[in-house]
Amino acid sequence: MEYFLQQLINGITLGSIYGLIAIGYTMVYGIIGMINFAHGDIFMIGAFMALISFLLVVSLGVTSVPLALMLVLFFSMLLTAAWGWTLERVAYRPLRASFRLAPLITAIGMSIVLQNFVQLTQDARVKPLPPVITGGHILTDTGTFSVSLSNIQIVIILTTTLLMAAFSFIIAKTSLGRQQRACEQDSTMAALLGVNVDRVISLTFVMGASLAAVAGLMYLLYYGVIDFFIGFVAGIKAFTAAVLGGIGSLPGAMLGGLIIGLIEVFWAGYFSTEYKDVAAFSILAIVLIFFPSGLLGKPEIEKV
Amino acid sequence: MAEGVVMATGARSIEAPDVGEALKQAIIASGIALILFIAIVGIKTENAQGGLALIYRFGAAFSLAATVGVVRFLFDLFVWRGLGREIMQRWLPAGTLGTVMTALVIAAYLLGAYYFIVPGSRLALAETLSDIFGDNEWRSRSRIFVELTGQLVIAVFIVLSAMGIIMALRRLFSAAIPASREAVPPAARAEKTTLAEFGQQFAPALLVIAVILPVLVAGPQQRYALDTAIQILTYIMLGWGLNIVVGLAGLLDLGYVAFYAVGAYSYALLSTSFGWSFWICLPLAGILAAFWGIMLGFPVLRLRGDYLAIVTLAFGEMIRILLLNWQSLTNGPNGISQIPKPSFFGLSFDRFGGSGTKFHEFFGLQYDAVYRIIFLYYIILALALMVNFASQRLRRLPIGRAWEALREDEIACRSLGINTVTTKLTAFAIGAMFGGFAGSFFAMRQGFISPESFTFHESALILAIVVLGGLGSQIGVVVAAVALIGSSEFFRDLEDYRMLIFGASMVVIMVWRPRGLVSGRAPTVVLKEHKVISGGLVKEGAG
Repeated sequence: MEYFLQQLINGITLGSIYGLIAIGYTMVYGIIGMINFAHGDIFMIGAFMALISFLLVVSLGVTSVPLALMLVLFFSMLLTAAWGWTLERVAYRPLRASFRLAPLITAIGMSIVLQNFVQLTQDARVKPLPPVITGGHILTDTGTFSVSLSNIQIVIILTTTLLMAAFSFIIAKTSLGRQQRACEQDSTMAALLGVNVDRVISLTFVMGASLAAVAGLMYLLYYGVIDFFIGFVAGIKAFTAAVLGGIGSLPGAMLGGLIIGLIEVFWAGYFSTEYKDVAAFSILAIVLIFFPSGLLGKPEIEKV
Repeated sequence: MAEGVVMATGARSIEAPDVGEALKQAIIASGIALILFIAIVGIKTENAQGGLALIYRFGAAFSLAATVGVVRFLFDLFVWRGLGREIMQRWLPAGTLGTVMTALVIAAYLLGAYYFIVPGSRLALAETLSDIFGDNEWRSRSRIFVELTGQLVIAVFIVLSAMGIIMALRRLFSAAIPASREAVPPAARAEKTTLAEFGQQFAPALLVIAVILPVLVAGPQQRYALDTAIQILTYIMLGWGLNIVVGLAGLLDLGYVAFYAVGAYSYALLSTSFGWSFWICLPLAGILAAFWGIMLGFPVLRLRGDYLAIVTLAFGEMIRILLLNWQSLTNGPNGISQIPKPSFFGLSFDRFGGSGTKFHEFFGLQYDAVYRIIFLYYIILALALMVNFASQRLRRLPIGRAWEALREDEIACRSLGINTVTTKLTAFAIGAMFGGFAGSFFAMRQGFISPESFTFHESALILAIVVLGGLGSQIGVVVAAVALIGSSEFFRDLEDYRMLIFGASMVVIMVWRPRGLVSGRAPTVVLKEHKVISGGLVKEGAG
């Protein structure tokens, strides 16, 4: 039981990070119907931005951890959002009217470019960061096994919940959210009604990238090591999460992220570490057989 | 969007372009570039003792941003705002561009002929140039430049010559047989200009060059050139295999490398544990891969579009993880080594050792390691041509037409009584089989395989070849494979930047030609007359 509880906490933490990245996939898919394959690498850039700005903030003499983290969060979100915006502008906008596979190929191309660009500028070595948020709480202790909830896990889960609430509010209540939903349903009609579709799409990428930056920061704080290749695996997992939850659905992305995170952690905890990815992918395939458009996705209406 | 840009430049080409606006845009662009680069380029995290140290390189970030601004300004002014065209129209007589292009092609052709006919001339020119530059860094740069452009112009020379010879021969033969002339309606013959006819010789010319390639590249570079050619042909074969799934049946497959891996491991395991020869293992590997294709096909039958994409991607990753962790069968990350090398009808290509007659002894030749490479080259060429022939024929069969119908509209397809289940499964199975063939060839050629060779990157590369070439186009796959693999070999000297250039060229080609390099294509089956339809009219598959 205690072991189960511990795995549950770890799974929810990992699932939160996946969920944050998955939101970027799902928002972009919802609005322009394409797989943004480079999103995982935007997450990687976010992690690097967080690392660089953290080291910079520390070298400038900021000693208070909360203040430093707020600054790091701000800078990494800002800079990563600029990358997301540029990505859309350079690789996807010229192909928006084109057929479906064209932006997929540019996305794969951009993913290769981003990975190699970071490898060139920051070299290929693993970058460590000593633990910043330390300490934790022991929930139960049976003498043989103690269930602990570390502070960093609390920070990750809280931040994710907060951001989810904020983004759900933006999509549901604000003018920008309404414009986004309008573009999602029918971008031509939205344009005719005075919605600046280009701007809305750009902002979607900016939002997705800044969430990826938050995920990057969380990843950096939780694991303490990053390299230029983390974007690939995390990206695939997050994409799987987005599809599992029903691509295009915001709560679906979060749910999918949690499910993938939990499966991974439980499989690794109870069965084998080697096959945890296989387990996650198999669950995806099984779920899709019974729900062909994901758990919370709207079924596609087939038109002739 | 695109029309808007064209119209704007069209209207402005009469008056002077707005330099101020272009300058403003360029400044904005370099400002954004500065935001992008200031942290990731400007500050480097250096692994040091006890953590990370920061190295500041803001100069590099600034100069990179400035370069972006300048490039954007020039490109904006001369291309988007039409200043380049206007300058040409105003200052140069009409048709100059065409003349210059023709002159360039002729110059490249002549230079290529010179290089090709006079051996060592390229080296001599490189020597002369580096002597002019003296002893500095430009010395090696000029050498690389001469080397690279040399290969390019020789390629131009060989391809154009082959095209010319084939056309001349065809004309000669069609003149000799007057009956065949009458078969062509006069109107159709008039439409076919000399240039268009010349252009049609491209594919046959490539075929002829491919057949005589080992002779063409004879010399010190032969081994390297053939190795590159084998690599390109492997990707062409994989591209043609994937083309059946993606280009014909319209099923987006992101895990094609799984079948390549199945083929490679099938050959490796069968030959190392049972000692079976390549020609027995090849069909078996194909069958096994096809079986896996059907295994993948079943669960994804109901899925459409991107759901299909992610499941195929997951499938590819699962196979790789399986190969990595199933230690007892696949030897895990260490891979399988000592895979038997090919033999020529039982004649080994080895120099010493083993039993039986050696290839060079049997034919009374001096031993040369290149014989094996030449043999491998012809095997892969034959396999690739077989795949091409098979898929050309399949397209004309009912099943091929069903694939194309499925790609265009699944519901209409079902309404007309086509069994979409078998149609999809055969597409997966046949595509996978060809992937399996390529895989077992790969295992034989390398002699060593490990899960490292079958990452998602390979799937992405094969898909990129198919899409960049133009979906469903056979010759497009060839052009794209030569462009992508060739260019990454071409830039071998710029090692660090090679993958960066590779990714960037994927983006640039796609933005430049969204429908692929060879976008116009003829429908496979025609009712009365042949009509080439533009790529813009072809709908890609929805699922």
